[in-house]
Amino acid sequence: MSTSKHAPIDYFSPAEWFNPSESLESKVKRAKEQLDKHVRDIVKWHFSPETGCEFWLEKAKTYSFNPLTDVKGADDLHLFGTFEDDWLRGGPISRWVPKGFAGKPVYVFETGGTTGLPKSRMVIDDFRIDYEMMSETLPDKHFPKGSNWLMLGPSGPRRLRLAIEHLTQHRGGVCFCVDLDPRWVVKLIKARNIEQANLYKEHCIDQALTVLAGGHDIKCMFTTPKLLASFDEALRAGKLEEKYRSLGKKVPPGGLRSIKAAGILGLFTGGTEFTPQFTREAYEEMLDNGDVYMTPTYGNTLMGLACSKPIGPHDGFKITYYAPQPRAMTEVVDPKDYSRKVGYGETGRVLLTTLTREFFVPRFPERDEGEREAPYERYPWDGVSGVRPFSELAATTVVGVY
Amino acid sequence: MIRIPALRFGKEYTSLDKAQLVHHVTGEPVAEVSQVTGSQIARDLGQMDRARQILSEIPMADILGMYKKAADYFANAKLPCGDTELDFDGYVRNLSATTGSPMVFCRRNALKVHYVLENIEEVIGGLTRGLDPEFFDKGFTTRGGRMQAFFPTTNVFGAVLPSNSPGVHSLWVPTIAFKMPLLLKPGREEPWTPFRVLQSFIKAGVPPQVLGFLPSDHSGANDILRLCGRSMAFGDDRTMAPYRNDHRVEIHGTGYSKIIFGEDKAPSWDRYLDMLVESIAANGGRACVNASAVWTPSHADAMAMGIAKRFAVMKPRPWDDPNCEISAFAKPEVAEAINNMVDEGLKTPGARDVTLEVRGTPRLVKEGRIAYLLPTVIRCDSPEHPLANKEFLFPYASVIECPQDDILHRMGYTLAGTVLSDDKAFVSSAMACSHVERLNVGPLPTNRLTWDQPHEGNLFTHLYKQRAFSQAAFNGSK
Repeated sequence: MSTSKHAPIDYFSPAEWFNPSESLESKVKRAKEQLDKHVRDIVKWHFSPETGCEFWLEKAKTYSFNPLTDVKGADDLHLFGTFEDDWLRGGPISRWVPKGFAGKPVYVFETGGTTGLPKSRMVIDDFRIDYEMMSETLPDKHFPKGSNWLMLGPSGPRRLRLAIEHLTQHRGGVCFCVDLDPRWVVKLIKARNIEQANLYKEHCIDQALTVLAGGHDIKCMFTTPKLLASFDEALRAGKLEEKYRSLGKKVPPGGLRSIKAAGILGLFTGGTEFTPQFTREAYEEMLDNGDVYMTPTYGNTLMGLACSKPIGPHDGFKITYYAPQPRAMTEVVDPKDYSRKVGYGETGRVLLTTLTREFFVPRFPERDEGEREAPYERYPWDGVSGVRPFSELAATTVVGVY
Repeated sequence: MIRIPALRFGKEYTSLDKAQLVHHVTGEPVAEVSQVTGSQIARDLGQMDRARQILSEIPMADILGMYKKAADYFANAKLPCGDTELDFDGYVRNLSATTGSPMVFCRRNALKVHYVLENIEEVIGGLTRGLDPEFFDKGFTTRGGRMQAFFPTTNVFGAVLPSNSPGVHSLWVPTIAFKMPLLLKPGREEPWTPFRVLQSFIKAGVPPQVLGFLPSDHSGANDILRLCGRSMAFGDDRTMAPYRNDHRVEIHGTGYSKIIFGEDKAPSWDRYLDMLVESIAANGGRACVNASAVWTPSHADAMAMGIAKRFAVMKPRPWDDPNCEISAFAKPEVAEAINNMVDEGLKTPGARDVTLEVRGTPRLVKEGRIAYLLPTVIRCDSPEHPLANKEFLFPYASVIECPQDDILHRMGYTLAGTVLSDDKAFVSSAMACSHVERLNVGPLPTNRLTWDQPHEGNLFTHLYKQRAFSQAAFNGSK
């Protein structure tokens, strides 16, 4: 069970579901009860004048229902309609800070923002809680406690940099980071300035190689699919060996031409470009047929972090994500009728709900679609597989640039 | 349905990502083509030093023999095509089915590929200007007592190929004869010809480790152009713009090919009507060497009307009709977009669609799930008109009247230009013109190619660079 320092209403140990002797049916039932109770607790927090935030308290005045009495569980969340992401664009950010947390130091994390206003989310401890919960799902064999990490992903006003650093520290290690601005990359791609985009990518990879060549005994990594491929390409081209030589260091016997040879044991990754084919390629061709463990995740600034079932050839490299329930839940719904969940295996739009004391996002239509997946023993609630940009929006969106 | 794998330099690879190809008329699935990612391409390219070594160890005489055999297999053998085998007719039928190019065009173009395979010595003789093939075994040769030495500019040649004109495949076919590993990214709808040529090579004894067939998306295409030391790519001006100044990439883009009349021949234009029609409309008018403009100092109205009358009788026919003259658009929205571009241009005063006046029916024809664009002649009053210097993916030409002295200065870039004049000064000016690539003087259609003279780029000089080379014996050595 959890030994978390966080309050029970905030932290839900994934280990609660790891018991193989409990039937899936029983777990599903318990998970639903837990979710319904959590929905009541969170709605009460956000809509009580002494603890709620200005945004929701004002919004409640426009409702024809009473959130404090009429919302009895997850099935009643439809009363809130859908969450509009434009509500998160522009300030003041303080309208999202719950009164119950008044005076606490607040972070702001942003998403989007290549042109126009980004979406902003206030955070106090949620990113720490999310990544500590996720930490419980990492196998120690591939993510040894006390190991140092390399964070090769977007930095700046995003959650990732701090979150991965916290994950590393939580596991007793030190995190080395590169600096990467995806908004600049999107601008370059939109301007069809491919040469500059490639140069910028090489610059980021070069920073990562410099860290690896620095002798910091890095065993774990976070990166994105595109950067993983570029990182692997650079290693196979001998760029890390070149870096060693340029620093006057001896290239170890066996060379440094693969992620495994570079000493990486486990890889934590994220992004919607994780297609089964890319996963297969990574597993077979970049990670020495799974010798380096890879765990894809699906997350964003609004939600916590959805973990995947173990990936591999046994499942056709399908990636199935499960939200960190009850702090967040995903539903796969009919894009024309958000009140209707599609059947298991059917395709629909991903509807996201975030349920933490810091942030309440009911039924936000994500920019992604996928297939609804049945509950799984370690995650006894609905999941989503094959996540990809929502087809009706995909043509206008630049995704997966980093 | 045929399942076509990628060929990763000796390894067949069936991907989880596949592009489905359908019959352009019925919409029935025809093939599923395995797609690879840019990073897989990059990984495979890491093996190219070894691949080139393998190829360099094969004597040139053996390689030329393999081409002869490959030519025979290409035209006559049943060859592997994914999980089935196809004979030549089956290949042509599938090629037509997925591209919308009529079978008669496909067969004609496939035979161009066969010609290059069959006559490889003539072709490489033309590309190297008669270099002794022993060079490819030794790295140098001598001719007339002069040293001729070259070094390779790359360890692999990448080709990003189109779907619209199977004849273009003849351009990369000599690569293996130049002892250079070959990476092909086929056009989405046209995996057939590249796959068949590679299967012909493999059956003829070319090591599979030197042959790559890597279907991919636009991003993969960019990776090929980024990572291959030398490559070729087909695309319009906008697509190719990032590579315009990249000497490693040989661009095959818009051709803006033209027929140019002198003052002396313009009055007798009708003698050249067959040539005009062929230049504009042969093979569906989709090649960069198809003429897209006729420049003349006089008689422009009569010329436009003469061509229009010939075009007006061209009608869409079934894809397997041997008398087919027009290619279908497997994606009707593409035909609609092109049609709109022409109509939009006509809104600017100073141009008229002469074919429309003669034919009396619209340019755009929709039939079921496909569309056609009927051959079109636009009479432009001025070289500045927006439709005067345009090229589209169907038989299209503008006819522009312009003083002879101004034509060569105002007509702009021309991939293939045919000058119809006996005026020595005018012909001499054309010979000196720096913006005409292939020049024909006399009644030669722009679309007729000669295999020993490349009309756009030269594969040999793309893949090899001349070097100064000397050698001397060591004292005491024999």
